[in-house]
Amino acid sequence: MAEHSEVLRELEGRFGTGTIQVQETKDGMPTAWVSSEQLREVLGHLKTSSGGSYPLLYDLTAIDERNRKHREGQPPSDFTVVYQLQSFERNEELRIKVALQGERPSAPSVTGIWKNANFYEREVYDMFGLGFEGHPNLSRILMPPWWEGHPLRKEHPARGTELGPFVMDEAEQERQLEMLRFRPEDWGMKSQAEGHEYFFVNIGPQHPSAHGVLRVVAQMDGEVVVDLVPEIGFHHRGAEKMGERQSWHTFIPYTDRIDYLAGSMNNFPYLLSVEKLAGIEVPPRGKVIRILMAELFRVISHLVYYGTFSQDVGQMSPVFYMFNDREKGFDIVEAITGGRMHPGWFRIGGVAMDLPEGWDSMVRGFIKYMRRRLKDYDAAIMRNRLFQARTKGIGALSLDEAIEWGATGHFLRACGLEWDLRKKRPYGGYETFEFDIPTASHGDSYDRLLIHVEEMHQSLRIMEQCLANMPAGPYKSDHPLAVPPRKDGTMQDIETLINHFLGVSWGPVIPAGEASVTVEATKGNNSYYLVSDGGTTSYRTRIRTPCFAHVQMTPVMSRGLTISDLVVILGSVDYVLADVDR
Amino acid sequence: MNPVLFAIALVFGILFFAAFVIWIERRFLALVQERYGPNRVGPLGLVQVIADIIKILTKENWIPPFADKGVFVIAPMIIMVTVLASFAVIPLGPGIVASDLDVGLLFFLAMSSLAVYSVALAGWASNSKFALLGGIRAVGQMVSYEVFMGISLLGVVLQTGSFSLVAIIEAQRRLWFCVPQFVGFVVFFIAGLAETRRIPFDLPEAESELVAGYHTEYSGFKFAMFYLGEYVGITLISSMIVVLFFGGWLGPWLPPFLWFVVKTLFFVVVFVLIRGSLPRPRYDQLIGFGWKLMFPLALANLVATGGIVLALAR
Repeated sequence: MAEHSEVLRELEGRFGTGTIQVQETKDGMPTAWVSSEQLREVLGHLKTSSGGSYPLLYDLTAIDERNRKHREGQPPSDFTVVYQLQSFERNEELRIKVALQGERPSAPSVTGIWKNANFYEREVYDMFGLGFEGHPNLSRILMPPWWEGHPLRKEHPARGTELGPFVMDEAEQERQLEMLRFRPEDWGMKSQAEGHEYFFVNIGPQHPSAHGVLRVVAQMDGEVVVDLVPEIGFHHRGAEKMGERQSWHTFIPYTDRIDYLAGSMNNFPYLLSVEKLAGIEVPPRGKVIRILMAELFRVISHLVYYGTFSQDVGQMSPVFYMFNDREKGFDIVEAITGGRMHPGWFRIGGVAMDLPEGWDSMVRGFIKYMRRRLKDYDAAIMRNRLFQARTKGIGALSLDEAIEWGATGHFLRACGLEWDLRKKRPYGGYETFEFDIPTASHGDSYDRLLIHVEEMHQSLRIMEQCLANMPAGPYKSDHPLAVPPRKDGTMQDIETLINHFLGVSWGPVIPAGEASVTVEATKGNNSYYLVSDGGTTSYRTRIRTPCFAHVQMTPVMSRGLTISDLVVILGSVDYVLADVDR
Repeated sequence: MNPVLFAIALVFGILFFAAFVIWIERRFLALVQERYGPNRVGPLGLVQVIADIIKILTKENWIPPFADKGVFVIAPMIIMVTVLASFAVIPLGPGIVASDLDVGLLFFLAMSSLAVYSVALAGWASNSKFALLGGIRAVGQMVSYEVFMGISLLGVVLQTGSFSLVAIIEAQRRLWFCVPQFVGFVVFFIAGLAETRRIPFDLPEAESELVAGYHTEYSGFKFAMFYLGEYVGITLISSMIVVLFFGGWLGPWLPPFLWFVVKTLFFVVVFVLIRGSLPRPRYDQLIGFGWKLMFPLALANLVATGGIVLALAR
């Protein structure tokens, strides 16, 4: 066991050999199985241990293992709960797994260790029907409360046509409406306090500032928000379930729609994970084209955030300017890919096509144009004193709070932590680019916007470097598992012909294994945890999105402020409901 | 001219002008925001407002079942009546005034105070949480801003020695009051913005927070009255600024009435530009700004003007 990573050896040293079982994974992330009795102890130790602690619960999910064939070297398990932890000191991630036996087993809840485990455990309960002992309010989160079954269990049908005809009579409608009624007691809220009554305002799912179908129920004392319950799930499409049905290749366009503002950026973590499983190396030109597209989409997504945020504060015009700028960005996306918001442009092993003629002058023009516009916006928004009065000090978080609630991306940078995966753990070719990580110090709404604005400048800088150093050569790997497979040799040798035939008709067969790659997406860290069972589809696709964690934090930021501040805070979080609900 | 005919012509003229202001706002705001705005109906989209009026008049007259029906219907009427009535005292040109009251300015202030009832009752009668919050905000805001709106005008009254708007215009033959009463002008302009509930003072209807605030539950013609009332209000405040501080109909070359219209339009455009550029303060910031900055400023202006007028009179 000499090749074990340091942290696993430390764990063995502390809890004794035999208590943890190590698993090899394709992504090289240290992975260990722990018994459910020892889980809390191990996780608590990992969170607080001095010298390389893991303070952030990055992801908590589960795998239905009952149909899985390739489980070499893993303890027997029907359902596995997976905890992914993040250490800033070690710059490393750690995966802890717990094996559970039975049809509806339970695991100990870790809400006492990490506050953000609350939503995640509810999600696992909702999707798999697993229990969590000690969870304060284990209820459905993504599916409606009247749903029968737990969608990510293997026996649950994946298509609507398998569910039988849909009937909705008036009594059923009444029943469902009644189930949606908000009851303060369910959330531990009082509707009355000494001498006065609170009133509850239901904001969303249809509200101008909910930015999609988020429902927030605010407990109000006059205009002051006493407490808040975010309710999500109205935008749930079952993306993870679809991942188990679509081939590795045909799932790509689905990823575009996870964070629908960031298009190609979503392809990135998914394909990096698939490529890790398959062992594909993307050629340099393919890498730079991907980075170019990802950064272009970062600018496009940030523009929407910038505009809508200022609209939330009451400014009417910027959103129009920024949608116009975004349109200019989409012109480039259209010229390169033919699509606009969801081009589905990346492929396993590279991208779909080479860059068109004249792309460079378009990108150059866009960079020049955007720099001028960003300067104007600084004057109109960032330096506007009314705007500053509304956003500075509103929704402030300390770094510890942000980490405790599983925040990533701009939240951490706004709190002063210089943390950007593109720099800290470069993926997909970012190591060759020069850019800075912007940071701020107050962690409030204004700082979060500041980070976004500075990131746009940095993205333009990266795009400039893509322009200057676009390598020649192929844009897609000639690995046999790359899709669509290469065709030039198909008429000469049988091997290429077979690969091509399989790759086109079934889709590639990705070798069994597990991999997860995290990228610095537009709204925080996004990763795809893929489990392959050696088939043409994924066995389990886990999409860890940043917004899920960030929406959960909104009550922490808004307690004690007014309803106007709540709108500012919701605007500053930068979430997309499609990304929250998947 | 027959006074009744004149009054009818005035009311329709103002409503027509307000509709024109809607067109100006939509086209001009679009220009500011890099859009086209309504440009399909009629030349330059000029007939768009008429099409909208036809649409809105043919809508169902819907009253929410949970609303206080009587008050719910009366509320939008109040705003139309008070704003239109204010125009009775505004001289549009020499001799073109429905009623040259000796207390014209007080009549204007009284009417604008009554307009608060419209918004407050709408918010209350809707029996909806967002509307209620909007109504409460409206009352707090308008009552606060009314105070120094009145005080800011007293400087003009002191200099003229009369509450009659015609007298005030005549007193500006040598010098427009925007020069000696500059502070009063600024304060009145800001209070006017608040009076018409425009950005940055649109808290009662703050779209991003309260959906539509006090008129969340309104639709059809009752909503149109609030909507049109807002634009008649903008026209009213713009013409009051012109009358009190920019010499009313006074001006060389052009006919007096045209001068009045041109000056008023100028301030309408300024209103639109402000809407296109500023964000909205928070409620406590808004009230703080009013009481801590505008109110002392208006008082200081009154005392200074009084002192100077007294000194000059001796």
